[in-house]
Amino acid sequence: MAVVKDEVLLIRSGEDVVAVRQAVREWAIGVGFGLVDQTKVVTAASELARNVVQYGGGGVVRLEALNGPRRGLRLVFEDDGPGIADVEQALRDGFTTGSGLGLGLGGARRLVNEFRIESEPGKGTRVTITRWK
Amino acid sequence: MTERSGSRIPELVAKYERELLPDWMEQQLESATYRADLLREDELRAQSRRFLEVFRKTLENGHGDDVSGPGWAEAREVLQEIARARARVGFSPSETATFVFSLKRPLFELLRKEMARDPDALAVELWRSSALLDKLGLFTTEVHQRGCEEVIARQQQEMLELSTPVVELWEDILALPLIGTLDSARTQVVMESLLEKIVATGAGIAIIDITGVATVDTLVAQHLLKTVAAARLMGAECIISGIRPQIAQTIVHLGVDLATVITKATLADALEIALARLGLAVARRSA
Amino acid sequence: MERIPILEMGDSLLVSIQVDMHDRLAMTLQDDLTARIAETRARGVLIDISALEVVDSFIGRMLGNIAAMARVLDARTVVVGMRPAVAITLVELGLSLPGVSTALNIEKGMALIGAALHGADGRSEG
Repeated sequence: MAVVKDEVLLIRSGEDVVAVRQAVREWAIGVGFGLVDQTKVVTAASELARNVVQYGGGGVVRLEALNGPRRGLRLVFEDDGPGIADVEQALRDGFTTGSGLGLGLGGARRLVNEFRIESEPGKGTRVTITRWK
Repeated sequence: MTERSGSRIPELVAKYERELLPDWMEQQLESATYRADLLREDELRAQSRRFLEVFRKTLENGHGDDVSGPGWAEAREVLQEIARARARVGFSPSETATFVFSLKRPLFELLRKEMARDPDALAVELWRSSALLDKLGLFTTEVHQRGCEEVIARQQQEMLELSTPVVELWEDILALPLIGTLDSARTQVVMESLLEKIVATGAGIAIIDITGVATVDTLVAQHLLKTVAAARLMGAECIISGIRPQIAQTIVHLGVDLATVITKATLADALEIALARLGLAVARRSA
Repeated sequence: MERIPILEMGDSLLVSIQVDMHDRLAMTLQDDLTARIAETRARGVLIDISALEVVDSFIGRMLGNIAAMARVLDARTVVVGMRPAVAITLVELGLSLPGVSTALNIEKGMALIGAALHGADGRSEG
């Protein structure tokens, strides 16, 4: 399946998180997502971008518009931060309880079709999410 | 066989265009398939002249027989208009295609007269002209087909809209009577439009009536519940009414939890609850 | 530094969030609002989010925090104007905004605050 367009954005601050939300919104519209699907993927991106700033010490996101046979949007968030020791735990932690790291990972996972996380202590973190049209 | 060089068709059609038209007209009017009830003679003449003219022009410009190529675009447009006009008054696709095919006979006559001395060349030209008009005739059936598909799509859309009207039952109370089969995609669309209507009207209560729904599967039940939850987040309440015993059983079996949702057997009961919530009651007028 | 304006409406405060907030701005709003409630002894807080296209867990937490702090200061908080797409996403996210009352618009929000303050219907929030 082909990547028809891709771009990399730096995420170093809270303002960058806003910029990522806006960029993902534009790309989602470009791929042809309806309003609700746009909102879901932008919200997921917001959670993950924030994690990059707060726990990753800054990083990047690569946006990829996919086509063939289905259209979709893939986002890859990467940082060189401390990494996550217990990924399972992080996925389970609820932001609603306000306890734990409140990573928003679990929430982001629910909003997308495909979710992959690679993280090890000392090796940084990469989260890849994909939403299909 | 697509040798364009040496075909005499363009030259002959150009030279004898004026004679071809009356011959072709006579041909069509006398034919058993002429539909005088659908098309007047002057309209038929206008269609025939238009087609013949663009046919001649395209051939003269040397576009050969590549009917789907850019050279034949104008001719295709003319045929498209004619086909649509005919479809509108009730011609079948075959009848419209026959209109194109019927040009063969006067054209063959013309070729025969001009090329009598060269039977081999005549045979080649007859084949070429036949193949060319076949393609053009078939093109008109495609136009018909596409037209039908567009009508079907539009009717489906209209049916979807008709079957999911959101009604303002009373100030502040909306009702959404769902009818027919609900599939996941349709339910999602319907639920989203209910939420939009809630915002647009500012109605605090929405009654989702599923009396007219035959079966409810897990996905649909989940969509319903998510909609109720979303409405609540927005500041509105939903009441689900019209749950028939079979559907109630299905929902319980599916393990779907309706504890947080108000459910009523009938739309009337739901309306009563809604009115009560708004501090209203229906009373008989005195005298 | 940019701040989100807080308006006084009777004995309530009205905040209308018009911009896509970055986290620091959201934290500033939380602080400003809390200070203002104490200062004015407001009994109600209306937060209009009708312009927000996205509400993620951070903003959700902010709203919950504001409601909790307002309650400590004896004020009721109502969030109004949530967009359908946002509501649907929050449901999917599993975020329920505990402790936060919601209403469709400012008018209804004010009515809700009025009713809660005067104990008209004794309805519980959340």
